[in-house]
Amino acid sequence: MRKTLTQTDRLQPHGDDFYELLMAAHDGLAFDQSAALNARLVLILANEVGDFGTLTAAIDRAKKT
Amino acid sequence: MHYQNREYPYQTPPELKGENPGKYPVAIVGAGPIGMAMAIDLALHGIRSVILDDNNKVSVGSRAICWAKRTLEIFDRLGIGDRMLEKGVTWKVGRLFYGEKEVFNFDLLPDDAHKMPAFINLQQYYVEEYLVDRIADFPDLIDLRWLSKVTGEKIEDDGVTLHVQTAEGNYDLRAGYVLACDGCKSQIRQRMGLAFEGQIFEEHFLITDVEMPEPPFESETPERWFWFNPPFHAGQSALLHRQPDNIYRIDLQLGPDADPIEEAKSEHVIPRVKQIIGDREFKIDWVSVYSFTCAMLERFVHGRVIFVGDSAHVVSPFGARGGNGGIQDVDNLGWKLAAVLKGEAEPVLLDSYDEERRHGARENIKNSSRATNFMTPKSKMETIFRDSVLTLASDLPFARTLVNSGRLSVPCTLDGIGLQMPHLNKNGAAPGTACPDAPLPGGWLLNQLGGEFVLLTIGEKARQASLPGVTNLHFENNAAVSAHYGDDVIYLIRPDQHIAATLDAEADSETLERALAYAKGKPALETAS
Repeated sequence: MRKTLTQTDRLQPHGDDFYELLMAAHDGLAFDQSAALNARLVLILANEVGDFGTLTAAIDRAKKT
Repeated sequence: MHYQNREYPYQTPPELKGENPGKYPVAIVGAGPIGMAMAIDLALHGIRSVILDDNNKVSVGSRAICWAKRTLEIFDRLGIGDRMLEKGVTWKVGRLFYGEKEVFNFDLLPDDAHKMPAFINLQQYYVEEYLVDRIADFPDLIDLRWLSKVTGEKIEDDGVTLHVQTAEGNYDLRAGYVLACDGCKSQIRQRMGLAFEGQIFEEHFLITDVEMPEPPFESETPERWFWFNPPFHAGQSALLHRQPDNIYRIDLQLGPDADPIEEAKSEHVIPRVKQIIGDREFKIDWVSVYSFTCAMLERFVHGRVIFVGDSAHVVSPFGARGGNGGIQDVDNLGWKLAAVLKGEAEPVLLDSYDEERRHGARENIKNSSRATNFMTPKSKMETIFRDSVLTLASDLPFARTLVNSGRLSVPCTLDGIGLQMPHLNKNGAAPGTACPDAPLPGGWLLNQLGGEFVLLTIGEKARQASLPGVTNLHFENNAAVSAHYGDDVIYLIRPDQHIAATLDAEADSETLERALAYAKGKPALETAS
């Protein structure tokens, strides 16, 4: 079943720590390597989310720019 | 210039009149906001100082304009808080734009439980002017010497001899302690050969003050506008906010390849400003082009020479952590140096300034570096992530909080380090916390706490507690106080209005004595021995 995305900010209080960690993971990588890192990360996080309805909603939202 | 800088007179010092003034307890090098605040804080503790400055006027250009709540509370303790509040612009509404679109806005609602707002904007020259005026209240304790350049120092175990140059001649001045408040290019630091290392940012920023009779905002409410990739300045960032006297600060990111001298010319500045504020009347008041580093000294205390403010640590301007961080240094050092000079504490107490304020500086550097990194992505992927955060921020709250145009300065907590005792009563706030303000009948809690040690007792059970030589402040059934401080708690509050100890309501006098000894550096002494 389709779900809506949470309006809760679940990254706090570590939002800035997370963003710094994410940028550091990409540090020094060529663009293709960075893209591949992102792909692996998306797949891992998708499994952590698990719920198919939530993943569908996330993909829909991400497609909008 | 809109602001007319007063010129302060040089006066012949006693040394050049053939008098022998002896050794000064403290000499402060630099009459900026940090040096002057330092002298006032020491004077409030009865400590005499001499300030030496190579100039004879307050800040040229508005420079530091954004003063945070904790800084205003400290300035209030020093005696210029009300003037700053009256003159300053209390900004409330922030708007964040990405391209042409407003992504989100926020309203900093005033907190009625605090005397001071989250932030005001006030030009550094006003702050310095108020400090000069305040210094005149202490003619016997503060000797402010303009046009007196320190050209060298001889550092010994029991003091420092400063070599001072004036138009009338040179002289030596001896002081027990020298406080280097001589800014980011500190000559004392350079002469002592101390390493000052950190992250260098290649970006150039243009900063300009513009005088406009009519606000560019839709209403009279002062706003702060921040743009990522604005239509008038492709690929860069821009910031607009209001100061007193119809002066508006504009910050423009110029990129790493900009030529600072070329960009500061009015033929380049005026068209850029027009693109931001549209076709309206304005006048350029001040322009500066800068790049920056985030760096700090490995130690702030070097025997009899102590570094305070920008001489000890520099940050990028995003988050307004330079001036605000420096004033917190003053707050931390003033009472400690006074206690050491009065023989009420051992010199080892000064090491806690080093420990606590390096902790604060690291936090400020971390936050301002992160904001700078967000604004200036250094790879294609970083740019993609940054732009994606901004795209998602229109409807997803988590992305909104990831947007980083500067994390505004808040006091760091000192919990778990140095002078603070363990958190012994969980009914109350943690040791190391800067005391939150609270409204009292006819006044404010922080004004009541003042600048000395205070035993703050809350609740009937704590009523009997007392500590010889320490002022006692007691509250019962006061909801505003208990909202922050809980009930049935005894606090020992430091002179810099930080919680030193949080104790049981029934704590005996021996425990209270121990807490006071702790706060004056006993644990450091024990470690040292």
